[in-house]
Parts: sequence; C-alpha cells; structure tokens
Amino acid sequence: MGIQSTNNEILLRVENLMMHFPIRRGVFQRQVGAVRAVDGVSFNVKRGETLGLVGESGCGKSTTGRTILQLYRPTAGSIHFEGVDLVHFKGEELRKMRRKMQMIFQDPYASLNPRMTVAEIVGEPLMVHNVGTGKEISERVQHLLELVNLNPSFANRYPHEFSGGQRQRIGVARALALQPSFIICDEPISALDVSIQAQVVNLLEELQEQFNLTYLFIAHDLSMVKHISDRVAVMYLGVIVELADRDALYSNPLHPYTQALLSAVPIPDPVADAKRKRTILTGDVPSPANPPSGCRFRTRCPIAEAQCAESRPEFREIKPGHFVACFFAERFI
Amino acid sequence: MPDFILDVQGLETTFKTPDGVVHAVNGVSFGLAESETLGVVGESGCGKSVTMLSVMGLIPSPPGKIIAGKAIFSGQDLIQMSREELRHIRGAQIAMIFQDPMTSLNPVLTIGRQLEEPLMIHVGMTRKQARERAAELLGMVGIPNAKERLNDYPHQYSGGMRQRVMIAMALSCSPQILIADEPTTALDVTIQAQITDLVKRLRDELGMAIIWITHDLGVVAGLARRVAVMYGGLIIEEAQVNDLYANPSHPYTIGLLGSLPRVDEKERSKLYSIEGLPPVLYEKPNVCPFAPRCKWAMERCWKENPTLEMVAPEHRVACWVDTKTGRPR
Repeated sequence: MGIQSTNNEILLRVENLMMHFPIRRGVFQRQVGAVRAVDGVSFNVKRGETLGLVGESGCGKSTTGRTILQLYRPTAGSIHFEGVDLVHFKGEELRKMRRKMQMIFQDPYASLNPRMTVAEIVGEPLMVHNVGTGKEISERVQHLLELVNLNPSFANRYPHEFSGGQRQRIGVARALALQPSFIICDEPISALDVSIQAQVVNLLEELQEQFNLTYLFIAHDLSMVKHISDRVAVMYLGVIVELADRDALYSNPLHPYTQALLSAVPIPDPVADAKRKRTILTGDVPSPANPPSGCRFRTRCPIAEAQCAESRPEFREIKPGHFVACFFAERFI
Repeated sequence: MPDFILDVQGLETTFKTPDGVVHAVNGVSFGLAESETLGVVGESGCGKSVTMLSVMGLIPSPPGKIIAGKAIFSGQDLIQMSREELRHIRGAQIAMIFQDPMTSLNPVLTIGRQLEEPLMIHVGMTRKQARERAAELLGMVGIPNAKERLNDYPHQYSGGMRQRVMIAMALSCSPQILIADEPTTALDVTIQAQITDLVKRLRDELGMAIIWITHDLGVVAGLARRVAVMYGGLIIEEAQVNDLYANPSHPYTIGLLGSLPRVDEKERSKLYSIEGLPPVLYEKPNVCPFAPRCKWAMERCWKENPTLEMVAPEHRVACWVDTKTGRPR
C-alpha cells in the first residue's frame, strides 16, 4: 500500500520515450524496419507512490521498464530521475545512478544464478558498488534476508533449494541491497501460485512503508495492479492509452480499451460475474512492427470512426490527473 | 444420486522420483453428470492435472503408476482398459485440450492435416470429407477465411487462434466429455475472455460435459456449475458454484479466495496470505495435508486425515473443523 506522498515530489519523469528495435535482413544486415516496442510514452512517478503499468503481452510495458533503467538505450525521449536526464549518462555516472534504481524480475528461476549461493547473490550488488568490507557485507546480507522473512541461516544455500516464492524473496533482498529509492517490479508475481502471490505482495507493501520506496509495478493482472497501485497506466501496442488515479480508472475508465480490458477480467464471484456487462474484443493485437495508422487501437475498437485512422489521438488531460488518448473519451464521462 | 457419465472412485497415482515415491493423487472421487461443467481448482502440484491424465490413460509409466481406483465411463472402467481400447475413446468420446497450444500442435504439419486426422481415424471420413469438415470446424471456432487458413502452419497462428484450433480439434468427433487443462492460462485476458465465451457457446450448442482444470478461481466462477477444490492430491471441498464462493468452508478455500484481490473491490485491504508452502507428499497423507498451514488446526487434524463429508446439499468438505464456529464438526 503506497504512502500518500506529502510533497508530491516527482521522482521520475518520462517524456516521449521511444524504443525501436531494428529489423535487419539480408547479407549486409540492412535495416528493413523496426519493432516499435515503445512509441512515445510520457508519465511521472511521484516519490513514495506505486504506479501500476498494465497491458497485454507485447504491449511494451517491460521494455518501458528496462529502458528507464537504461538496460536498453532509448531511440528518443528523455528520462529524468531526481531531476537529471539519464539518457545521456554513460559509464561511471550511470553506474552510480543505478544504485538508486533496482529491478525485480518476473521469473525467479531464471533471474538467480544457480551457481551462486544466496549470500553471494544478495551481496553481489554491494561488492560491485564497493560498499563496505567483507564482514560488513555479510552482516548486511543477514539483515536483508531477515527483512524479506527468510531465515538468515539459509545464506549458504543455492537457489535450487528454494521454492518459487522464496526465490522471489531472494530477488527482493538483492534489489534492496543498495538501499534504492526506486524499484521496478517487472511482473514479480506472475510466475507464482495464488497463495504465494499474496505473501510476496504483502512483503512488497510492508517494505514500501518501511523504506518509503517508490515502485513501478508492471503486470498484466489487473486485479493485483488495482490492489497495489496508487495510480495506473494502461498500455496498448507501445503507447499509454489511459493514466489515472486507481479509483478513477477502475470505476470510470474512459478509453474503450481500458473498458474492454476491465470487463474481461474474471471476478472470483459467480453472482457478481453474471451481473456484469462484458465487452469482448475481437481479433488479436496487431504487430508492433507494422502498427495501424492513427489510433493504435482502432482495428479492435468498438467505437472507431474514420478520423481514428487518419490521426493519432493526443494523450490529453481530460479531468484533473486523468489522461486519455481517445477522440471520443468525453462520451464516457 | 444423479447418473454420472464419468464416475471416478478412489483414484490414486504415484510417481517414482530420485527422491522417493511422490503420491500425487491420493484417493480422488468425483462424478460428472451429462452436459455439466465441473471446475477443478488448485495450485501447481495439487494433483489436478495428474487426476485427469490418469483417467485418460496418459500417465507415462514408468515413472507414473495408478495404484488404485476406478474411472467408469459408459459402463467400462477406463483404468483397466488396454491402450488399444483407450485409443478409440480418447479423442472420439472424451477429448482433451491443454494449456500450451504451441506444444500440443505439431509444428511441421499444416493445421488442416492435424484437424483431418481424428476425423479420418475416429469417424472414418475420406480425406475430402475430412477437409470439408475441418473447414467447417475452423469456422465454428471463429477463425476467418477458414478454408484458406487450413493450409497454414501453427506458427502462422497467434496464441488465441492456436487454442481455437485445439478446441476445434477436440470437438471434431463430437465428444461427450471435454477435459480442458488450464486452456486459457497462457493467454492474455481479452483473448481468455474470447475463448471462455466460445467454450460456453459451443457447450450450449453441442451439450457436452466439461471438466475445466484451472488455478484461477475467477475463470471457473463464470463457467462451471460445480467446483471441486484440490489440495495435496485430494478433493478437499466440492460444491455448487454459487454456494462455494458464498460459503467457502474449508480453510484452504477460504484462504485462497481471501488472497485474491478483486477488480470490483471498493476498499483496499491487506491481502490474506496462507503462510508456508504446498506439500510434496512422499507417502499417502494420513493426517490432514493442509494442517501445517492452517490456522484452525487442532489435535485431531494431526492424527487423522478428514474425509469428504456432506455439510449442506451438494456441498462436501474434508475438514475436522467447522470454520464458521471454529469448533470441531
């Protein structure tokens, strides 16, 4: 549960971010096109809040997260973290900034090196950044394991000895090692069983409260995003189509895609589920290598008109704090 | 007792592993009535898939072994049947669809070839007849230009379309029972909604019975008539769908429902979490397998494994504690 930030300080400002991956063909590997994974995305994250980033597979949400951390260098746009633009940072400067920004990955089986012990995994960021002596590091590791509710005596075990939920806790401990202010959680619970998901989410919330952490929570599970986020951004095919306070977005979605997405989420209650009006989208998400002209969503949109094919709807603030990229959003207010 | 078209009794399946014999299914009994949809819910390793694979004779043996139980389908016990006999039932009278449509389709054969095969084997159609029927089936599951798309290979289809092909294939011989093993888990929510809608429509048109295996309590809520919850290789609660969600009685079901956030929730509250991990059973449980994680657990739970008892009409629970009062039953 995010702490309501008292000062509204903007920690991260992303402006018109683009990440295009080249498609190369032929003997000379000429560029014949680009996968427009992220294609003009702008948003802010305030200190202490959780911004949820939702969308279906291939919509560019994970790429957005990785580009913010400069794991990919963006094609265009700017990323201001604590007021400085990361895009032009290189080498040592960037390494220093990374101490403040960490990531928790989706797959707890692939994101931990199977040949390293838990102590080595959690202590590695401290070694890389030269924080403290060997003894200090091992004390810090013990403390971190306690923080994530793992028995510190497990420090010398290897990842395969742990369950999925425990591994994800190790990933959380590693992310916390350098005392970052900002953590990108990239689908941290998708690979876990239902009863274990709640354990990890509760842990993330407790840690946020304790250390005033700021989260960018990337997920495709709309109910979990609703639970954990203060504000939510919805992505479709490389663009944000709607961004608003959690309650506003879930109670009065203004973009037809958000509406369809919310109506497709199953509710674990047969009575409430039967009462709902459902919008079933037809077709699949188009390829980001060849996106539709104008509005990205128009090929599946139930209310699309000729105008939608001609120009791209502006991402505009339709109500205070409620942004939407649709020509006809006023109809739903 | 209604007439069941599939009646499973006391099914037990084990697997030999390097660490010992794992008891995956430990005495599962359930019945499936004609044109009924039964949801089977549980987390990974609870035995839900193994139960259905055992019924279908699809357990690789060794290491797997069905050590007890019956599965009566139209008067015959599927467990005792020979491979040859089972082959005539699988795909024809009982069909199955799986979680990952990419690995269940053959990547080097066209969609058309794969759809024609069961029609030629089970129904005895000629290739030409099968071709026509295959195009009809593809159209029925909502794939546009069905005729041309028969010549495509699986990689030319999207995930949702592949799952539609699997459904078309499963329905091709008009089975009486469709067993669906997490068919929408690998799909996005909007595609998941398309597929569940399709299955509902086809079920109502064709009148087949469905067993829908899933870990998602949300999906079965809108689909099933009856739901069975599994834990530790056992059914621990079984009820009509509305009753189960309104009055969950087993501590595990209560915990599972409590740990789910809902898109329609108004207030944000801390999620209920079930501490600990699901068990891996190296012997048949003779105490309640959920006891180590249960906040209601009492002495008896550590001594005897509760059996499924009727607590309300069509509502069975395997628990020594009445969770409403916190007292022994």
